[in-house]
Amino acid sequence: MTKAQEPKAPETMEEFMAFALAMEREAVDRYTDFADTMETHNNREVAAMFRKMAGYEAKHAEQIMAEMGWTATTRLPVVKLDWPGFEAPETVSFDEVHYLMRPYHALQLALAAEERAERFFAELARITTSDSVRRAAQEMQAEEAEHAQMVKEWLAKVPAPDRNWAEDPDPPQNPD
Amino acid sequence: MNDVAPAALTAASYKSDYKPIWCPGCGDFTVLSAITKAFAILQLQPHQVGVVSGIGCSSRIPAYTTCYGFHGVHGRALAAGTGLKVARPDLTVLVAGGDGDGFSIGGNHFMHACRRNVDLTYVVMDNHVYGMTKGQASPTTEPDWDNKLAPGGTGISSYQPLVIALAAGASFVARAFSGDPNGCAEIIAQGIRHPGFSFIQVLSPCVTFRPEQREWKTMVRPAPVEPTDDTSVAARRILTDDGFNTGVLFSRTRTPYPHYRSGTGKRTVADLEAEFQL
Repeated sequence: MTKAQEPKAPETMEEFMAFALAMEREAVDRYTDFADTMETHNNREVAAMFRKMAGYEAKHAEQIMAEMGWTATTRLPVVKLDWPGFEAPETVSFDEVHYLMRPYHALQLALAAEERAERFFAELARITTSDSVRRAAQEMQAEEAEHAQMVKEWLAKVPAPDRNWAEDPDPPQNPD
Repeated sequence: MNDVAPAALTAASYKSDYKPIWCPGCGDFTVLSAITKAFAILQLQPHQVGVVSGIGCSSRIPAYTTCYGFHGVHGRALAAGTGLKVARPDLTVLVAGGDGDGFSIGGNHFMHACRRNVDLTYVVMDNHVYGMTKGQASPTTEPDWDNKLAPGGTGISSYQPLVIALAAGASFVARAFSGDPNGCAEIIAQGIRHPGFSFIQVLSPCVTFRPEQREWKTMVRPAPVEPTDDTSVAARRILTDDGFNTGVLFSRTRTPYPHYRSGTGKRTVADLEAEFQL
């Protein structure tokens, strides 16, 4: 990704939490889009998994709102969302899904997203000049590491797909 | 900071209950996201927005929004959008479509929309292929794209939409990338704010027929230049770039057509008399 730059650290707790909230919300939106599209393409197992991921991220967003005492009508701090890449670190890139993908693949994507989020908060903790933001970033980093561990454990229980998982007897690429 | 304000419109406010049927991984998902984010940035009321399209995968967009929509005839989205804007200047009109619809079937409308400068925002989701009809080469397809329908490639030079737009008189020319939905939303919002015709080419990969376009996310970068209002500077910029610089590449103030803008959406009798005066 050519946009990659060092993130700018928020310097107040409110800005930091607005950042974290935006990150969770973007992840919710993307997982919801994935769940919807997998349902449309009749890949129900993976759809259910993405729906579950969206639910987890929504819960994290709610926790941030509750912690800050924010509600739907609160005017949130305006922060410039300067992510290290094009999108928030916890957001899976739109093009990483396939209509025949298996739950194993979905979990691999989720694991990579959690690990990116962990690295992102570690970096914020490193560069911020505010002690309170540093502590909060380290807490978030630990939470993301915990999530990553959970996904790893989940992944260990899911069978890896066979080599031909993407083979489609009636592929869209074959013109009539 | 914690003062209570009326709930603002969010991107979700502009998404309908119809779920897109695009292929998983299609760039058009994030363009839809960018369009709805742009509407949220501008806090437009859904009933004050018209989304008009032609035919093709990307042209399904109006149904996926809560705004007024018109899914029109192949290549004629700009004609329908022009009619809507001229009849209802109070509406924000966003025209959407793909490279085949916009540059081939609707190529002539595209040039004249640029020239005419009606206050429309035209978002073209460019994936260099006809996806809906199973992967034929489109005007923007590279001449050497080897595929089953054109073995060895078409050998035909690619259409350069930004160059054509500039040459035809477009007053706002930009390029965005669907993999950067927030950046894309900002550019679309700028296009909507721009008085006159704004053309935004959005590089939007087709992962089904052009899976190699997944690499675009490693190739796209913000243009290392400021927008210019100088046509010759913009022409040099657009003619010499590799097609992966994003941002507003040209923006100039030019009076939109029709040459009155009441802002109220209503034309007075005096307006009409002036219009028909011989």
